Amino acid sequence: MLYIKCPYCGLRAQKEFSYGGDATVKRPNINEEVSSEDWDNFVYMRKSPRGKHIELWQHIAGCRQWIKVQRDTATHEIFQTAKVTEEIR
Amino acid sequence: MSQPFRLNKEGLINRKKKISFTFNGKKLFGYEGDTIASALIANGIHLVGRSFKYHRPRGFFGAGVEEPNAKLQVEFNGHSEPNVNATEMELVEGLSATSQNCWPSVNFDIGAINNFLKMFFPAGFYYKTFMWPKSFWYKIYEPFIRKAAGLGVASIEKDKERYEHKFEYCDLLVTGSGPSGLASAYAAAKNGAKVILAEDKPRFGGTLLTDDVSIDNLSGKDWAEKIITELKSMPNVTVKNRSQVFGYYDHNMLVMFERVSDHLEKKSKFTPRQRLWYIRAKETILSTGSIERPIVFGNNDTPGIFLSAAAKEYMKVYGVLVGKKPLIFTNNDSAYETALEFKKNNVEPIILDTRKEHSSELIDEAKSKGIDIRFSHGVIVANGYKKVKSAKIGKLNKDKNSFEKIETVDCDCICVSGFWTPSVHLASQSGNKLKYEEKIDAFIPDKKKQHETSVGAANGLFTLEESLKHGFENGSNLSAKITETKTEISIPNVNEKKYGAHDKFWCMPLPKNENPKRFVDFQNDVSVSDIEIALREGYRSIEHVKRYTTLGMATDQGRTSNLNGLQLVSNIENKIVPEVGHTTFRPPFTPITIGTIVGREVGMEYMPTRKTPMHEWHEKNNAVFVDAGAWKRPRYYKQGSETLFEASKREAKNVRENVGICDVTTLGKIDIKGPDAAEFLNRVYTNAWMKLPVGKARYGLMLREDGIVMDDGTTTRISENHYHMTTTTAQAANVLSHLEYYLQIVWPELNVNVVSTTEQWAGAAIAGPKSRDMLSKLYPELDVSNDALPFMGYKEAEFFGVPSRIFRISFSGELAYEINVKSDHGMFMWEKMMEVGKEFGNQPYGTEALSTLRIEMGHVAGPELDGRTIPSDVSLNGLVSKKKDFIGKNSLGREAFNVESRQKIVGLIPIDRKSSIPEGSHIVQDQNAKLPNPKLGHVSSSCWSVENNNPFSLAIMKDGKNMIGKKFFAVSPLKNKSIEVEVISSHYVDPEGKRVRS
Repeated sequence: MLYIKCPYCGLRAQKEFSYGGDATVKRPNINEEVSSEDWDNFVYMRKSPRGKHIELWQHIAGCRQWIKVQRDTATHEIFQTAKVTEEIR
Repeated sequence: MSQPFRLNKEGLINRKKKISFTFNGKKLFGYEGDTIASALIANGIHLVGRSFKYHRPRGFFGAGVEEPNAKLQVEFNGHSEPNVNATEMELVEGLSATSQNCWPSVNFDIGAINNFLKMFFPAGFYYKTFMWPKSFWYKIYEPFIRKAAGLGVASIEKDKERYEHKFEYCDLLVTGSGPSGLASAYAAAKNGAKVILAEDKPRFGGTLLTDDVSIDNLSGKDWAEKIITELKSMPNVTVKNRSQVFGYYDHNMLVMFERVSDHLEKKSKFTPRQRLWYIRAKETILSTGSIERPIVFGNNDTPGIFLSAAAKEYMKVYGVLVGKKPLIFTNNDSAYETALEFKKNNVEPIILDTRKEHSSELIDEAKSKGIDIRFSHGVIVANGYKKVKSAKIGKLNKDKNSFEKIETVDCDCICVSGFWTPSVHLASQSGNKLKYEEKIDAFIPDKKKQHETSVGAANGLFTLEESLKHGFENGSNLSAKITETKTEISIPNVNEKKYGAHDKFWCMPLPKNENPKRFVDFQNDVSVSDIEIALREGYRSIEHVKRYTTLGMATDQGRTSNLNGLQLVSNIENKIVPEVGHTTFRPPFTPITIGTIVGREVGMEYMPTRKTPMHEWHEKNNAVFVDAGAWKRPRYYKQGSETLFEASKREAKNVRENVGICDVTTLGKIDIKGPDAAEFLNRVYTNAWMKLPVGKARYGLMLREDGIVMDDGTTTRISENHYHMTTTTAQAANVLSHLEYYLQIVWPELNVNVVSTTEQWAGAAIAGPKSRDMLSKLYPELDVSNDALPFMGYKEAEFFGVPSRIFRISFSGELAYEINVKSDHGMFMWEKMMEVGKEFGNQPYGTEALSTLRIEMGHVAGPELDGRTIPSDVSLNGLVSKKKDFIGKNSLGREAFNVESRQKIVGLIPIDRKSSIPEGSHIVQDQNAKLPNPKLGHVSSSCWSVENNNPFSLAIMKDGKNMIGKKFFAVSPLKNKSIEVEVISSHYVDPEGKRVRS
C-alpha cells in the first residue's frame, strides 16, 4: 500500500485516495474550436510510461482535494506531491 | 503413558503441566511448551503424512517454518483447520490432529500405489496425460486428481472466531529475535526509536536457544532473556512473539500475522484468535536468520530423516530425541554440534562427513569425545519404508561422483546438513536484487529498493560475533538517523566455537544398478530425475523449470529445496548458479488463515450500512429491503402472504389510481453555491442553465468527456447563487468527485463550491393523481394549485412547524412532489404523511413499484444509462444544446455515434401479452438460427405494466424506433426462455407527459 503525502494533510495511506489518471493532460478550453484530432487525443490517447509519471489523485477520504503525484510506475517510488495549482518538475 | 523419546531434564518445556491430545484417534500426551511435532516425536511417532504425488510415507523434517512434510488437519477450540504445520502449532489441551492426503489411513494408503507406478508420473505428467479426450477433463480427470492430490479439508462451518486488524507505525521494525535481531532492537531502543520486535516462535532468542555459546559470560539463552526483559520494560518498544512478518509491500509497509490465542486453553470473550498487523516502518531490520539445507540422497524422504539443526532444537528446546541410533550426514561443521548434543545425552552418533579428513575446533572436540567420524563418506540410500531402519553408506572417491567401501549401518534417524541458506524472502519481496555469495553457496541481499537492511545470518554472516556486531551497528545507525540521538553501546564479548570451511557438495550420486528417488522438494514430490526431465525437454529458464516440475511451489515456498534445485540445474546446464538466477519470492512467507485476512469485515461489518431516517418505520411495516450501494431501501411492503410481484403491482397501481409515498432519501444531493454556479452547471449539463429562474427545477443530463451519459437528475435554483443538485443513488459519489475535478483542476477560475448534502436531507416523494389533494392537507396555508406550484416548481414552506422544501418533480410520471426536511425530522414527516394521506388511499411504495412506474413511462435509469449509451440512444437528445459547449460535447460528433442503425431505446411487449421478458434477454430475428445468432439488442428493464395489465420491457436495439411494429424474439438462454415480442414506443403510458403537468 502506497504512502502518499497529501500537500494539505500530510502522509496518509493509499486507501484514503483515489487515482485520477495522467496529470499532464490538458483539457481543450471550453467554448473554443478544437479539431477532432486534438479532441480525440485528449479523450483517448494516454501514454503509459515506465518510470516517472505525474498523475492525479484525489484525497477522497480526507480533504477531498485533487493533488499531483509524481510516481515511478515501475517501482511505485513517489518523488514529489503537489497541489494541482503547483508545478512538478 | 511414557514418552520413550523424552529426555529427563533438557528443554524449555513446562514439565509440570501435562497436555493430552489425540493423533489419528490415539490418545497421547505432551507438555506445555511442546509443538504437535515435538510431542509426537517424544511419543516415538514419525509417520505423520503421505506425500503429495506418490503418497510416500513422510515424517518430520524440520522444527519450524521450514517443515515441508508434517501438515496436519487439526481440530481445537471447536474448529477444524487444514494444513497446519505440526512443527509450529503449539500443543493445547484436547487438540486432535489427523494425517492428511491418505485414505483409508496413514499406515495403509491406497494412493501409495502411485509410488510403484512412478515411472508413469514424471514431471509434466498432468500436462501430457490428461489432454484427451477433452471432455474427460471436467468429469473424470479433474475430480480424480483433486481427490488424490488434496491436502487438508477446509471446514464448511461458520468460523465463530474473532479476527482483528491493526495499523501501526514505527521507526524500526525488527523481524526476528535471534542474536542480530535482539542487538538491532536493543541499539535502536537505546537511541529512543519507536521499535517493534517481531518473533515468529513462542520463545525469543532464535539460535541463542540452541547454540552452545556465551555472551558476556551468560549463556545465549540467558542473554536473550535479559535483553528481552529490558526491551519489554521500555515504553518505546513493542515486543511480539508468535508473530510472523510475512509480507513486504510498497513504501515500507509490512504485514504481520499474530497468533494471539491459538495456544491458550481458555480466553476471554473478545480476545481475537489471530491478528493482522499493517506496519508502516521508517526502517526495517531483516533479522530472519538462515535455514539449513539438506544434502540430496536416495530415499531421503523416509520418516526419521531430519535436518541436523532441527534434531538439535528438539533436544535443546523440547527435551526430545529424534532417534537413539543417529547417523549424522554433513558437509560442514554445524552438524557436529548436533552430534555433541546427542553424545551429551548418552546417545552414540556416527558422523559421515563428505569432506576429507581435517581438523577444526568442533571436529577435534568430537574426536576427543570418542565420536565415530567417517570422512569422505556419505549416505547413498536410506532403507526402511515407514521409518528409517538402516542406511547404505559409502566412501566418496576424489571427484565425489562414485563411491567404494559400500556398507549398511543400522540407524533410526539420519540428521543431514548441507550448510545454510539465508532467509532472503522479505528482502526479495521488498524489491532487493539479490546476489550470489560464492562463499556460502547462497543468495544474500544486495541492492535495496526500500528502507530495509538484512543483518546477521540473513545477510550471510554465520558467526555469532559478526552477527551481533552487525546487529548493534545497523540498529544504532539506522535509528540514530531518525531520532538524532546516539547512545554508545559496547559490543559484548562472545564465546563461540570456530567453524571450518564447508564442502561445496549437495547431492549424492546414484549407486550402480539402483534407482531410488532422490527428492529435492519434499512437499511437492519433485525429485532429481524430474528436474533432469524438464531440462531434457528443453526448459531452460529457472522460472519455467519451476512451473513445469512445481519445484518450490508448495506452501513451504521451497525453503529447503530451492537452492539444491538451482545447483542441479546449473550442474546440468554447466552454468554457475548466479547465471541460472532464482525464482521470485512472494508473500505470504508462511501460509496464513483467510480469517485473518478478512478480519472483522464479515457479515454486517463487511461494509457500512446506510439507513434513512425512516428506516425503523419501514422495518415495523414489513418492508423487505434491497441493497442500493451501502443503502438499505424498502423493495416492497409485504401485506399478508403477498409475493414481491403481487405487492409491487398493488403499490404501483395505487400510485396510478390514488397516491403513494416513497422514501427517496438515498438520492444523491449536492449543494452548489457561488456567483459562477449557473455558468458551472451550464458546462456540466448538456442543456441550458443560464436562464433558470430562482424557484424552478430543471432536469439535467451529464456526460463524460467521451460523450457517454454519466448521470441524470434535477437541479433546483434555491436562490440567486445557490443550487440543489440531485443525482442517482448509485452515482452520487462519482458525480461529486467529477464536479470537484472540474472546479479544482480544469476551471479553477470559477467561483463555485460544492458539498454533499445527501445525509442532511430526508426525502419523500408523493405521487399519484390525488397527490395535490394530499399536499394541500399537508400544507393548509400554502397555495399548491397548478398555477402557484407548477410542474418543475419549487417552494419552501413549514411542514407542521418544520422547515421544508417542496419540489414538483416526478420520476413515476404521475403528478408528484418531493418533500425534503432535515434528516432529524424525516421520521416526523413520514408519519405525518401516512396519517394525513389515509383519506386519499395513500400507501407506501418500494423500489420495485418505483421501477414499474418509471419503466412503463419510458423513463431511463441505471440499466439504460449503462456506460455505453449517448443521449440520442435513450431519446434524450432534446436535452442536448446545440448552442453552447459542455463536458463531452465534442465527442457527440463522432462517426460511430451518428450511425442510423445504432442501438437505441424502444419498448417491447410479448405477443401473448402474458409472458414476462427476462432482463438481459437478447433480441434476435430467428430464435432457431444457427449460432452465433446475430444479436440485435438487449432487454434492459422489465416490468408488469399496471396501466395496461401485461408485461412491458425497455430494450436497447439496433435501428431503434425504425423497428416499431416489427416482431422479434427475446431469448434468454440463462432462463431457458424465448418469447416472441413486438417493438413499440418506449413511452408506453402517457407518452405526451400530460399527467406530470396536470
